[in-house]
Amino acid sequence: MNAICIKGLVKTYRTGTQALKGVDLSIADGDFFALLGANGAGKTTIIGILTGLVTKTGGKVEIFGHDIDTDFEAAKKSIGVVPQEFNFHMFEQVQDIVVNQAGYFGIDHKTALKDSQEILKRVGLWEKRKAISRTLSGGMKRRLMIARGLIHHPRMLILDEPTAGVDVELRHGMWEYLRQINAAGTTILLTTHYLEEVEQMCNNCAIIKEGEIVLLDNVRHLLTKVPQDTYRVTVKEMLSLDQVRSFNPVKIDEHTLDIEIQKREELNEVILKLAQSGFVITDFHPKGNRLEKLFLEIVQR
Amino acid sequence: MKRDYYIALKTIVRKETTRIIRIWTQTLLPPLITQTLYFVIFGKFIGSQVAAIHGVSYMEFIVPGLVMMAVISNAYGNVVASFYGAKFQRNIEEILISPAPDWVIIVGYALGGVVRGVVVGFLVFGVSLFFAHATVTHWWAVILFTLFSSVLFSLAALINGIFAQNFDEVAFFQNFILTPLIYLGGVFYSIHSLPQAWQKISLYNPLVYMVNGFRYGFFGFSDVDPGVCLVILVVLTAVLMAINLFLFKKGIGLKN
Repeated sequence: MNAICIKGLVKTYRTGTQALKGVDLSIADGDFFALLGANGAGKTTIIGILTGLVTKTGGKVEIFGHDIDTDFEAAKKSIGVVPQEFNFHMFEQVQDIVVNQAGYFGIDHKTALKDSQEILKRVGLWEKRKAISRTLSGGMKRRLMIARGLIHHPRMLILDEPTAGVDVELRHGMWEYLRQINAAGTTILLTTHYLEEVEQMCNNCAIIKEGEIVLLDNVRHLLTKVPQDTYRVTVKEMLSLDQVRSFNPVKIDEHTLDIEIQKREELNEVILKLAQSGFVITDFHPKGNRLEKLFLEIVQR
Repeated sequence: MKRDYYIALKTIVRKETTRIIRIWTQTLLPPLITQTLYFVIFGKFIGSQVAAIHGVSYMEFIVPGLVMMAVISNAYGNVVASFYGAKFQRNIEEILISPAPDWVIIVGYALGGVVRGVVVGFLVFGVSLFFAHATVTHWWAVILFTLFSSVLFSLAALINGIFAQNFDEVAFFQNFILTPLIYLGGVFYSIHSLPQAWQKISLYNPLVYMVNGFRYGFFGFSDVDPGVCLVILVVLTAVLMAINLFLFKKGIGLKN
């Protein structure tokens, strides 16, 4: 069964803006799926429709087989959401926020208290359970929203740009945690601007542009389509780049340059060529972010 | 599913009650002080120069009105502030994304208003005992009118909260509609003491029916038939409930 099955989804806002122009999208149960797109492409609108915060204009949406037109309650039960912006009560205590969310989903108070202990410990907020949410740091607020999204044990977790403005350490911690819950069987749908995130974590991805899905593919497969990798080279001393023009070099600073290497090229050759041109290499590593080029190409097309 | 609804409803009411207690200096204390001032100024200082009404001293006469005034304005104030606050901070989304049906959300918020209305009503009644003898003739009327009035104004407040786009619009209805209706609703006078034309106009004010039905519970007399008062209250409550259900279903002010 698919976690999400969207057919011909259309949304026209009252202002006349057509945010979705007939989106078809399926996400398999257990998948780690990324929805990519520029700001305003329609990502948040899709999430809004899935969660009931936006009413659709047309089309059909099923969540774990439950049609949102006829059985939205069952559909809603199976998803948890971590929205883009903080949207909890700023003056409530951390544990109350999580326990109340459980209550809205029909989980009795006693169970909710027990479950909240477990989830708050897992996201490292148990010590802060009595803190007023407003006083938490940005990273803690994010984690609070994840705990709140998971408190009713949803089969699918939807995260709308969860790592926007989050520091590196926390981002990696979050990735690790999301990997764990995905491995335990929770389907994950993620929207993000960080293509590195998609490359590291997701199995499948879709790119949405101006309300239409323009690409839907397996991430590994997609990466094979990227003809070249970017490598970051640290050198002892920057020399003239004329002799290495074939690598499309970009000078980053006095000791760093980025070069592009075609997939079929051997790294030995590349290093040799750099050495022959007089560069003394002190570090050499792939930049990751290989999807970025592809993404830009599609979005700017 | 029925059990889920009950738990969701209980959660909303618990959250609202926690809020009332957490900010008691804004929710419970101010009405207590204001109504005490009314008792002192209108009841004691001015009331001593006013003739008895239906054999009841002016101080005693205004007790039910002042209690009802507190019940209504606090039920209203609670719901509009809490609901608009939830909309403003967007934590209303916590409930909107849950499977809880619209009626559970509406009833939950309305009951939050009832809790505050009833608690404040009790406190004000307690204060009144320092100034006047408590005489309750018909308990059923006191209980029914308290509950229906607080439900009715909670539902009205919810509509206000749904439409409000900013804090000015939250205050607008309270300042320019609710307060005049309360003062002109016979809290401080019997509408029979008004000129004929004003008596007729007063009958369009729903507050007249609440204050009088409630006063009937205390003294056994009323400007309007208490049965009529109750029917009007029930009908208005049903109408406002229907409007709320419609607004939630359409997602007006809540969904895109």
